[in-house]
Amino acid sequence: MSTEMTSGQRVVMALGHKEPDRVPFFLPASFYPAREMGISIREYFSRPENVVEGQMRFLSRYHHDIISALFYAAIEVEAWGGEIVFYDDGPPNAGAPFIRKPEDILRLEPPRIGDSPCLVKVLRAIEMLKARVGDEVPIVAIAVSPFSAPPMQMGFASYFDLMYERPELFERLMSLNENFCVEWANAQLEAGAATICYFDPVSSPTIVPREIYLKTGFQIARRTISRIKGPTGTHLASGRSLPILDDLAQTGTLIIGTSALEDLAEVKAACRGKLTILGNLNAIEMRRWTPEEAEAAVKDAIAKAGPGGGFILADNHGEIPWQVPEEVLESISQAVQKWGGYPLDWVEGHNGG
Amino acid sequence: MTGYERLSYQLEQALLALDRLVVKQILAESGQAGNIFEFTDRVIVPAMEMMGEGWEQGTIALSQYYMSSRILEETLSALLPSGTSPQRPHQKMAITILNDYHALGKRIVSSALQVNGFRLTDYGRREVDELAEAVKEDGIRVLLVSVLMLPSALLVKQLRRRLDEMACPTKIVVGGAPFRFDGQLWREVGADAMGKTASEAVEIVTELAVESG
Repeated sequence: MSTEMTSGQRVVMALGHKEPDRVPFFLPASFYPAREMGISIREYFSRPENVVEGQMRFLSRYHHDIISALFYAAIEVEAWGGEIVFYDDGPPNAGAPFIRKPEDILRLEPPRIGDSPCLVKVLRAIEMLKARVGDEVPIVAIAVSPFSAPPMQMGFASYFDLMYERPELFERLMSLNENFCVEWANAQLEAGAATICYFDPVSSPTIVPREIYLKTGFQIARRTISRIKGPTGTHLASGRSLPILDDLAQTGTLIIGTSALEDLAEVKAACRGKLTILGNLNAIEMRRWTPEEAEAAVKDAIAKAGPGGGFILADNHGEIPWQVPEEVLESISQAVQKWGGYPLDWVEGHNGG
Repeated sequence: MTGYERLSYQLEQALLALDRLVVKQILAESGQAGNIFEFTDRVIVPAMEMMGEGWEQGTIALSQYYMSSRILEETLSALLPSGTSPQRPHQKMAITILNDYHALGKRIVSSALQVNGFRLTDYGRREVDELAEAVKEDGIRVLLVSVLMLPSALLVKQLRRRLDEMACPTKIVVGGAPFRFDGQLWREVGADAMGKTASEAVEIVTELAVESG
């Protein structure tokens, strides 16, 4: 295919499990653009204008195919009244849990989107980004899944205790989170996001066994995703996916963010025709890659998952670490241009589908 | 299969099934064993190792690993009267979360070490300088550091430097996601060892305690 597509066309075609002009790629940079702008991460997120400027500069420099509207996952905790801890060189984190004991769940009320300045800021950034890129570059927004928000709301250990031992309070928390998640996802779609990343690491078999997932995260995802008025992709944030890929496909999601711990060829075989793969460059190792190593990693991923479409090259975690040098991202971008053009005739069996 | 091997397998299965009653019955047999550490080493440790391997290979989930360690710790505490839990002779140890707010890894490792007869100081969440001061003041010889975020993992380098400046001979053992995803990272930051699972942490600590002692 010789005619160059827009990023939007390229991504849509990949999602349809067809081969576009080249493999689409996504470098999810939430706080990373603050580096380029020479401002602190706290300042970067203080104004939607900063985020828009950062994302546009990032797009222009690395020519990737999707814009991330994520500020930081913990922004949802901020909306619930939780504490946020800013770092100089990493993503803002949720501080001390705002659910201090399970019974607090009985008194919990979800935040209203319009009354939460932090969420309104995100919506404003999406509107401004959409005004800049139109349909040429899809904007992905993030909604933390109802099942995966509690580690930030109450801590991991307390959440496991709740999940295994306090089913009534667990169900109540899920119900509150579901309503918030749907409202938040739909607000971001209305603002101009093309897709919602349903951020659901707790559903990964790395975190809960499949038998628990089928009774919890799976049911919650089916209910929640069916109420989100736009396409969704599920991200397991470095968690494994292979044992639940068929289940994930039944939740209504279109995309799966995969782990660097899994073989991409195996994931591809299991996803073919059902789910588009997003992944799985190792974002932790990336910080010390040479240009040659970056190119080799890109080439290997494309060879394993590129044939037949249904593949968007990205990192495995959903966030480029602050410590990754710009040169590495440039090498990744160049390697996609070099090796990602369809047809992938350098890949053995590339037209085998 | 020997009697101990059978018990160990049954213990692992009971823990994965969250069957507190069977766990209690199996652990109660430790009372009949001549040497509590023989029982620990041949029944509890292999069961935990199997779970650690499962976690590493992706066949056992974090929730199972956490719940198992919690049940094991709670059951042993209930079986052994306060103050009578067995303790191995070892150098002073401590465990901490460096910089970030993710406590689960520390909790699982801490639990595994205590079940295996180690006693350690829990420093909770600490920043580099205050942690180095505490380590020196308390004479800690083995420090276990748990992290989830990459920036926190990289801070171990500063911790190492600070301890070296203070002429502190403390061994640093690290664990957590960044070290699992980059197998070279623990050496780069100057740690003495890295454990991918709680049972690996037990093995490392056992070795370092012997070396240090």
